[in-house]
Amino acid sequence: MAEFLQLVFSGLTVGAVYALVALGFTLIYNASDVINFAQGDFVMIGGMGTVFLAAAGIALPLAALMAIVGAVIVGLLLHKLAIEPARDASPVALIMITIGASIFIKGIAQVVFDKQFHSLPAFSGDTPIQVGGATILPQSLWVMGVALALFVALYLFLEKTLLGKALLATAANRLAARLVGINVTIILALAFGVSAAIGAIAGVVVTPITLTRYDVGTLFALKGFAAAMVGGMGNPLGAVVGGLLIGLLEAFGAGYISSTYKDAVAFVVILLVLFFLPRGLFGGRSVERV
Amino acid sequence: MAAKLLNSRLATLVLLAAIIAIVPLLAPSAFYLRVAAVVWVFALAALGLTILMGYAGQVSLGHAGFLGIGGYAVAIGPAQFGLHPALCLVIGAVLAGLLAYLVGRPILKLKGYYLAIATLGFGVILALIFHSESQWTGGPDGMQVARVTLFGWRLSGAANWYWVTGGALMIGAWIALNVGASPTGRALKALHDSEVAAAGSGIDVSAKKLAAFVIGAIYAAVAGGLLAAMNGLITPDAAGFMHSIELVAMVIIGGLGSVFGAVVGAAFLVVLPQALTFMHDYEQAVLGFLIMAFMIFLPAGIVPTLRKWLLERLS
Repeated sequence: MAEFLQLVFSGLTVGAVYALVALGFTLIYNASDVINFAQGDFVMIGGMGTVFLAAAGIALPLAALMAIVGAVIVGLLLHKLAIEPARDASPVALIMITIGASIFIKGIAQVVFDKQFHSLPAFSGDTPIQVGGATILPQSLWVMGVALALFVALYLFLEKTLLGKALLATAANRLAARLVGINVTIILALAFGVSAAIGAIAGVVVTPITLTRYDVGTLFALKGFAAAMVGGMGNPLGAVVGGLLIGLLEAFGAGYISSTYKDAVAFVVILLVLFFLPRGLFGGRSVERV
Repeated sequence: MAAKLLNSRLATLVLLAAIIAIVPLLAPSAFYLRVAAVVWVFALAALGLTILMGYAGQVSLGHAGFLGIGGYAVAIGPAQFGLHPALCLVIGAVLAGLLAYLVGRPILKLKGYYLAIATLGFGVILALIFHSESQWTGGPDGMQVARVTLFGWRLSGAANWYWVTGGALMIGAWIALNVGASPTGRALKALHDSEVAAAGSGIDVSAKKLAAFVIGAIYAAVAGGLLAAMNGLITPDAAGFMHSIELVAMVIIGGLGSVFGAVVGAAFLVVLPQALTFMHDYEQAVLGFLIMAFMIFLPAGIVPTLRKWLLERLS
């Protein structure tokens, strides 16, 4: 039982990060129909940026804030310079553009930062907390708490603010949104900026647990993508549930089956979901227009 | 006349043969021959992907997995079972084809993003297996591949490999051109334009897509086997995600659906890192930048754009 609980804790911790990455995917996908493979690199920028700014003598909270702002700038540039000029490209072309962007960001990051693994000090100590025979790190609580706060904030933003509603309207129908006077270009940029911020925040809180390096973004992107897909592409609630599910399955897979193939779990899940539930757990029925 | 010549299969093959024959005369040292041989191998893999992506319009972001199967077949066969490398090349191609046949059916039902991510996941799982089953594959460091002896002739040195890989590319190009002109090829191009219309005119869409996937996998496996035997080494990275992306980038940068495009794209992505060694630290950044720039500004790729320009000039 204690082992089970332990696996649940570690699964929920990484799952919360996958959920945040998946949420970033969902936001951009809804607004612009683009699958942004550079989403994981925002996580890396958040983590690595904080590490290097903190090493330069800046206080940790300020360093984290600056890193998050940096990621937002990268996200806005990505939209402005790479996505907007290719507005009418095919899905595969858009995938290749964001993959190119991801490779480019990694390439710059290994020069600007370095190729080593880095960590951050845990925000409130390393003393594990005993819960029902298992232990949980205070940092895990930070990760889950921050994730929860971001979910709530995003929900309130989308449902309660005019800007959020404009974003939802753009997602529903870009042309109709433009007709009622929504500046779609600004909304799309907003989606990229918010996604980048969510990713970077996830990167800051998870770095004390998982370490960071210039290329950690790839796995975060792939697993966050798996999470978004499991939940049903474009569904924010699905993204969160999918993220937690992938995190839990990964933890159980590593704990009970084989830790060697921990990273394969997400992909096996993707393939199973695509084969048997092609629209995800929360996706609507598939309707094909001819 | 000019248009006919540009589109003729024979002209493409003759031009390719001429290029393969001329490069050794211009190459100042064995190093250049070696780079050219690597280009031919990757062009072969990209050709398989051209049939899948260019003809049939189906993307595969896990194609390097098949390359890995071919490579490890040539590495494991002789080392563990004492089989001849040439036989192992065939076994690798058969295995890759079988695997593509098995996973292709469910995967190719998917479209767009879903197909991209399913093939990506499939490739990552294969790379993880090569990475983790170290008693067979040597783990993350990869494994040595025994030198190849064919009919008592020891295959080594850049010049020998140049002709072997060049010959393989010629055969691959010949098959790809003929596939393109066959009923299957026309069916693939039809379903590329509209699956519904293709199905409506009596084409078995899923069978044809599966055929393209299997052919693409066999091309990649043969290329992987040649690459492993030539380098004398195979590592899990050969089957990795980045490698799959590079293969897709070759096809797209060269020009989707054109046999010459695969060769030009492969040449571009193989030669470029060699030319950029003086700015080695930026290699990855340059690659990412080029993929973005080509997709945004030259989405048709180098060869089709050039061909269109030539045709306009001539007419």
